[in-house]
Amino acid sequence: MTIKTVRNLRRLSQVLFFGIFFWLILKTNFEVNLSPGNSGHIMLPYPVSIALQFDPLVAISTLLANGTIYKGLLWCLAVLIPTIFLGRFFCGWVCPLGSLNHWISEIPSERMKRKGKNKIESNRYKKYQRIKYYILLFFLAAALTGTLQAGLLDPLPLLARSLGTAVLPVMHSTSLGLLAWVKSFGIGPLGALAQGVYDVFAAIFLPFRQMHFHTILTIGLFFMAILIINRIFTRFWCRGICPLGALLGIFSRYAIFGLEKDASSCDHCNLCLHSCQGADGPDIGTRWRQSECHVCLNCQAACPRGSLKFKFFPEHEDTKDNPAPTQKIDVTRRKVAASIVGGLALTPLFRSGDAFEKNASPYLIRPPGSAVEKDFIARCIRCGQCMRVCPNNALHPTLSEAGLEGLWSPILIARIGYCEPTCTLCGQVCPTGAIIELTLRQKVGDENMPPNRIGTAFFDRGRCLPWGMNIPCIVCEEWCPTTPKAIYLKRDDVTNSEGKTITVQLPHVDPERCTGCGACEYACPVEDKAAIYITSVGESRSPENQLLLQRKGV
Amino acid sequence: MKRREFIKKAGKAAALAAVTGATGFYFHDRDMTSYAAAITKSRSFEISKDINYPVVALAKNEEYIVALNRALDAVGGIGRFVKSGEKVTIKPNVAWDRTPEQGANTNPVLVAEMVRLCLSAGAAEVIVSDITCNDPRRTFLRSGIKEAAEKAGAKVYLEADEDFLTFDIGGEILGKWPVLKHFVRTDRLINMPIVKHHSLSECTIGMKNLYGIIGGRRSQLHQHIDQSIVDLTAFCRPTLTVVDATRVMHRGGPQGGSLADVTIENSVICSTDLVAADSRGCEFLGLKGDIVGHISLAHRAGLGEIDYKKAGYKEVV
Repeated sequence: MTIKTVRNLRRLSQVLFFGIFFWLILKTNFEVNLSPGNSGHIMLPYPVSIALQFDPLVAISTLLANGTIYKGLLWCLAVLIPTIFLGRFFCGWVCPLGSLNHWISEIPSERMKRKGKNKIESNRYKKYQRIKYYILLFFLAAALTGTLQAGLLDPLPLLARSLGTAVLPVMHSTSLGLLAWVKSFGIGPLGALAQGVYDVFAAIFLPFRQMHFHTILTIGLFFMAILIINRIFTRFWCRGICPLGALLGIFSRYAIFGLEKDASSCDHCNLCLHSCQGADGPDIGTRWRQSECHVCLNCQAACPRGSLKFKFFPEHEDTKDNPAPTQKIDVTRRKVAASIVGGLALTPLFRSGDAFEKNASPYLIRPPGSAVEKDFIARCIRCGQCMRVCPNNALHPTLSEAGLEGLWSPILIARIGYCEPTCTLCGQVCPTGAIIELTLRQKVGDENMPPNRIGTAFFDRGRCLPWGMNIPCIVCEEWCPTTPKAIYLKRDDVTNSEGKTITVQLPHVDPERCTGCGACEYACPVEDKAAIYITSVGESRSPENQLLLQRKGV
Repeated sequence: MKRREFIKKAGKAAALAAVTGATGFYFHDRDMTSYAAAITKSRSFEISKDINYPVVALAKNEEYIVALNRALDAVGGIGRFVKSGEKVTIKPNVAWDRTPEQGANTNPVLVAEMVRLCLSAGAAEVIVSDITCNDPRRTFLRSGIKEAAEKAGAKVYLEADEDFLTFDIGGEILGKWPVLKHFVRTDRLINMPIVKHHSLSECTIGMKNLYGIIGGRRSQLHQHIDQSIVDLTAFCRPTLTVVDATRVMHRGGPQGGSLADVTIENSVICSTDLVAADSRGCEFLGLKGDIVGHISLAHRAGLGEIDYKKAGYKEVV
């Protein structure tokens, strides 16, 4: 097998893993087989979050934050152990965000700065590449004290979140807009053709309904920035920022696979540098850095004289003209210490503020089965899988509702969608156990077990039609899914504006029965701001955030 | 500056100014006249009266299919309602994410049998559709309607934004309103409600089932529930109403959930008069047509006969 074949295999591997990742995101969707006889448990047909479970940074950071490795996260060893022997092959061959950065970086540019000699210079090792190690250490230290923030920059959760809550919804609205535009011409066959194209596209890429996400702009713009910066600095994200790349770089410390350089045949054409992805010094005369190399093999394939060879147990003498490779990571002790201290300080910093417990937002309504907030923050990696799978578009990334500490973690916004009583999909897809997988019985409850509650409904009597305006309306009661209903009606005689006595049915909430699902808030006909709304009080996950001293019965 | 040059330069600027001005005036719409006018059409799918058959027939049998066929035969059989080559739309009540036992949606066995009957009568196409309250995918699946109707040969359509047409309902409460096209672009409409308790309209049977043909702000209709039901009844006149009274929900309606609230009645009503059908149907809930607001209002509006016995009633065993 020639090196060019191996390079093509790498290209194929990148396409393949990106395809798998993207396909799993597409399949994180309500596509389950419900049959009438089976009012039982709705299960996704396959583990759509499996890609995230291969992420060693997810496993290590959640391990530091909560002391265990949840469910499928042990799969991360399948990445971590080969890395110990081979180096950062994951970055060059597997990582879907890495591949995206790779492809965008390599689209030919018209700018002189991105061509020829300038490009060669830009692919030399730069000091900023250390930053990723400091970011990693900062996040790991923060995780150790209980606040898990690695998911913000960890490439797999980042890509899952960006595709699921920003890219795909935008694709959806764009294609709907295009379809409507073409149809507006009023040319029958053209409209039918457009509909056909749309139907095929929708069947592959689009969920049943257009999803609308809170804070889509912050997620979308952040993702765009990561992609666009590749046009200025090749793989800036992978080289300088990515904490997973840094982790794998550290685990490459004793790799037995590496680059061997033969100075005698080299004429310093620098073609190796021209196509280098990691900026790891593949050229002869520079020290090759194991921790920076993505093992993409471009340098070896580009070398016209065969001076560069990746092999097991590479060895060549350390000379002035041809320095030997290094497996050390280019960080300074002081900055390592500073990063760790900074990370350790993050939890106290967040928790000394008010957003965490003292003055938590009443609208911080976590998905059903969520851990208590302290543990939730120690587990949630902001991958957005729960938001994407929710059949009612009820779950959304937060902006400020969970404080800065909980940025992009999930909340339920009942005005957009309510929590479907018999649905447990969010817990099924959560890769870290921030939302545990509930059984149907745990979700809806029975005689011996209370249902899972996410909050409690309250009336805004000034806006409520029967309460405030003597106008008949029972929609909240109609939609209330508990049995017996948590919303009940009381008949009352009231005097209307003309002085006549009329009978209205006034809705009330029984907090004993309310699960906070939000169906009432969703359905309330007071369009702009519902006259009934849920807040988090009464949520099952919290022993403190309660309304009732004791619940009767179960 | 030469004359030629002056004309050239000034001419270009003047042309751009003219185009800009003309564009502005062309699109100027001070009175917002560009809003599309609603489509107005009578939506009657009724057939002519026939004194040989009763208007309302009720059959009771543990086998739902037998009950349906007997009631249907009593009012003239499928051949009276569906002719060869016609497009038929069936409108069951598929509102909530509930199973057939819970009695919140029309029984799938009845829907499937109706599909089969229409096809056997030579219908070119049978469509089953409804605008659900809960998520349509879950609702159509868990109610069993999707599976049963598709197996029987119908096309099942879930609501889609692009399938709504704006109609002028022309009622007292209901003006312009979006209507799902499947219920108007068809030759025959078969209304297949289920008998349920409803906390505002007291019962939901055939007329209230028509809420499911419209989209938009329909939860606001509850503010004038009786009149809005009557407006819809005047707008949409089904060919036949088949009332599912096999499992009747007495409390916690219209969504239900508890089997304790459901009684087994094993009955099916077929009727060519929607008001008479509802008047008979509400008796399963211990009501009478003349004490139910929307039924008596519809009678007074001349949309049907509240006294079903007077209209012509037959019970088949």
